[in-house]
Amino acid sequence: MDLTQNILSLLIWLPIGGGAALLFVGDGGDVLSGRARQMRWMALAVSVLTFFISVPLYTGFDTSTAAMQFVERTSWIGALSVEYYLGVDGISAPLILLTTFITPLVIIAGWDSIKSRPAQYFAAFLILEGLMVGVFSALDGILFYVLWEAMLVPMFLIIGIWGGERRIYATIKFFLYTFLGSVLMLVAFVYLYNKTGDFNFFSFRDVNLSLREQQLIFIAFLLAFAVKVPMWPVHTWLPDAHVEAPTGGSVILAAIMLKMGGYGFVRLSLPIVPDGSEYFAGMMIGLSLIAVVYIGFVALMQKDMKKLIAYSSIAHMGFVTLGFFLLWSTAGGSGAELGMTGGMVQMISHGLISGAMFLCVGVLYDRVHSRQIADYGGVANTMPKFAAFMVLFSMANAGLPGTSGFVGEFMVIIASFRANFWFAFLAASTLILGAAYTLWMVKRVIYGEVANKHVADLVDLQRREFVVLGILAIAVLLVGLWPAPLVDMMSVTVRELLFQVGQSKLAGL
Amino acid sequence: MIFGEFTAAAPEITLLIMICVVLIADLFVSDENRIVTFWLTIAALAVTAWSILATAPAARTLLFDGSYVSDALSQVLKLGVVGVVAVGFLYARDYLRQNALFKGEYYILGMFGLLGMLIMISANSLLTMYLGLETLSLSLYALVAFDRNNADSAESAMKYFVLGAIASGSLLYGISWVYGMTGSLQFDQIAIAVQDPAVNSMPLWFGMAFMIVGIAFKFGAVPFHMWLPDVYQGARSSVTLYIASAPKLAALALILRILVDGLGELHEVWQGMIMVLAVLSLVVGNVVAIAQTNIKRMLGYSAIAHVGFILLAIFTGTEQGYAAALFYTLTYVVMAAGAFGVVILLSRKGFEAESLVDFKGLNARSPWFALMMLFFMFGMAGVPPWVGFFAKLNVISAVLDAGFPALAIMMVLASVVGAYYYLRVIWYMYFDKAEDRSVFQAGADTRLVLSLNGLAVLALGVFPGSLLALCIQVIQAVN
Repeated sequence: MDLTQNILSLLIWLPIGGGAALLFVGDGGDVLSGRARQMRWMALAVSVLTFFISVPLYTGFDTSTAAMQFVERTSWIGALSVEYYLGVDGISAPLILLTTFITPLVIIAGWDSIKSRPAQYFAAFLILEGLMVGVFSALDGILFYVLWEAMLVPMFLIIGIWGGERRIYATIKFFLYTFLGSVLMLVAFVYLYNKTGDFNFFSFRDVNLSLREQQLIFIAFLLAFAVKVPMWPVHTWLPDAHVEAPTGGSVILAAIMLKMGGYGFVRLSLPIVPDGSEYFAGMMIGLSLIAVVYIGFVALMQKDMKKLIAYSSIAHMGFVTLGFFLLWSTAGGSGAELGMTGGMVQMISHGLISGAMFLCVGVLYDRVHSRQIADYGGVANTMPKFAAFMVLFSMANAGLPGTSGFVGEFMVIIASFRANFWFAFLAASTLILGAAYTLWMVKRVIYGEVANKHVADLVDLQRREFVVLGILAIAVLLVGLWPAPLVDMMSVTVRELLFQVGQSKLAGL
Repeated sequence: MIFGEFTAAAPEITLLIMICVVLIADLFVSDENRIVTFWLTIAALAVTAWSILATAPAARTLLFDGSYVSDALSQVLKLGVVGVVAVGFLYARDYLRQNALFKGEYYILGMFGLLGMLIMISANSLLTMYLGLETLSLSLYALVAFDRNNADSAESAMKYFVLGAIASGSLLYGISWVYGMTGSLQFDQIAIAVQDPAVNSMPLWFGMAFMIVGIAFKFGAVPFHMWLPDVYQGARSSVTLYIASAPKLAALALILRILVDGLGELHEVWQGMIMVLAVLSLVVGNVVAIAQTNIKRMLGYSAIAHVGFILLAIFTGTEQGYAAALFYTLTYVVMAAGAFGVVILLSRKGFEAESLVDFKGLNARSPWFALMMLFFMFGMAGVPPWVGFFAKLNVISAVLDAGFPALAIMMVLASVVGAYYYLRVIWYMYFDKAEDRSVFQAGADTRLVLSLNGLAVLALGVFPGSLLALCIQVIQAVN
């Protein structure tokens, strides 16, 4: 088998197969059994191997073309003209790399802290990884939808089995919210299928649709993606899901699953219904700005660290949607491209930073079993290494230049200046708000006198935790200091996308 | 073949002979050796399945002066019912033995019910259809009452019998009107007769409405569903499995033969009635299922909701819709058989696992069967990659293609509501601690078949192509 020909299939099916094997072997119900330990190593081995297999997606990526690369295409369900059609471009390749990069870290993070049914836990993450890679590489509507929905199942179980106190409420809410959002997307796909005769995204892109049709399809897509991003006002599942999920689940949710909403906008909404997107662009910008400003204030008021980071995620994802929908207000030129690229960079960067932030909270939670800010204080005295990492990631979260958080936000802010002063004014308020809620939390948790006996008893990072946070710190700084490789990867695709969005579908009617 | 000119009817003839053989053989089997009857029954079903395959005529064949038909649709449906009945008998074996119900009559009644279903599936005249339906129904009434010391069973059997008799009466009344208007009982001749505008008029529609009431009752469509939850709950779990699976396929034959083969011309007249039944079933089934605490009753309401989907596929009046209905029913039956199989697996001597809380902590007791139940539940909820998703997708696609986007949106929203109660089963299995730690007593063969059943729900979801192509081909061959 030629690896470069089937690399995407391998990235999907290797983790799923590994996860199925883990489920089948099981752990005998005992964490300390030898078999449970072997399963842990096997999960790590599979995820690391998956990461190495994904490296050619970067090294072998042709940045000079916007066409799909690493394409695989065969018929899947002949009767419905559904194809097994995979491929990546400059938008999806970085997201796949992010997925394969984060998953091994999550598995290491759950190494000792999962006390019940470890084999099922690791299996769920591996299966989830395969499905997520599949979502980012699918180019057929049904394949995309199947993977998109199937992804809910492992996450539903992860939150429900290994979550906190109110896990059942949170996970049912998570499932039903996202399921409700997605089903209308399916109706839209089938509607388009009845027009084109297949589910291929490129056929969807090339079919002419009236403005009315485009508006309705846009709304169907919007519900699916806005819930995932999540955009205000359909964000309420996220704080619950994040708070109740185990650390690994929160990391995957924040780092990758939220990106699927953003990805859906650029892969589906913008090219398939450009006129519908234009019609609703003002509303999208408005909702994004509400997310940035209002949710920023909400974050400021949180007493629970995980909740604070969850709200900060919503605010940061507001930048992504803002960047994507600026292009009609910037009156052409480089503003549109800047906004789009900025949104994309922000997705990758937020994936790294929010993942790291949730891991930091996980480190504290494993030791003290509390997420309340008030239960901490002066952690720097007992955990100096940890404090250094936490401060670094918090700075990145606040958008400090030199970290990845700065790059995307800055690009989007500049783009919004070209569009409208007030957009930029509101967007830039995040630099103050973000700094306020993040650094205030750092001040209360990390600095000051040692608050109580629990904090006094804290032990600094173990080697395992140090490695995980260290790798993420390097990634955050690398993207912050030298974003060029990432931006190069995207630029041709972004230009092609902007061209597509500029083609009105009304003319052909 | 030995049946000469009646070769096309070989499945029914074979099964009838085998029933007589089992009936007589059972007389000579003592209670300790009742297992012999069980294996004879399985052998009888295997021979029947073989005769379906071996004697399938190449083209559509009419027999008995045109009142019996053998075509591609009948073969697919017959194989489906024979297979599901056999699987149901296997799941029920150890359960029946533990509950002192392991009697030859159970299998005889089950096989007579199967005979009725085969006749319904191959019916080409209204009277043959009625004959098959009554053979099935009478066997079912007796099966529901099979545990004669159980007051719930007796009550639900009585309810089923009385309401079933009313429905049969309604159907017969409708048949008499249709016969009076068209002058024929045969579906193909009815189809020709209704092309005459003088025939295609109010009296015919009036008769048809009564027939639809009968059909809706047999399917369990709202508002003719009242018997269904009570019977599902009152009958012993093994009987519920029987009622919940194979008869749905026979009911599909009933509706396809009568409304499509016979009265296809009147599509615009019956479309509205079917739509009302379907929408009500979808909404009532899904909403009321949420409030249930008994899993058999919950699956009963869920069956009502699934019938809504099947009826909406029929409602479209297109080949695509009929193929979608066939695919939906076939796959639903596989999932329902598996779900009740797990319910039976959890039951044991003197204990019916029929409350939802009995599923608590199943993941700790048996991760494998918890996973299988998860497959059935997500399958029924229509979550990909399980096969229920493609079943729903086909129906949605057919409905959209027929030009009813509002109905398609209603269907997907109803499935979101429905997802909640399936999730609740999974929540009990995975998120709660076990209260009961007893060991399952099912035999290795039962476990194997149940596992294959679960894996089939996944495998058909990942590779639905060939089954879907088969359904489309069968429907095209009929029309």
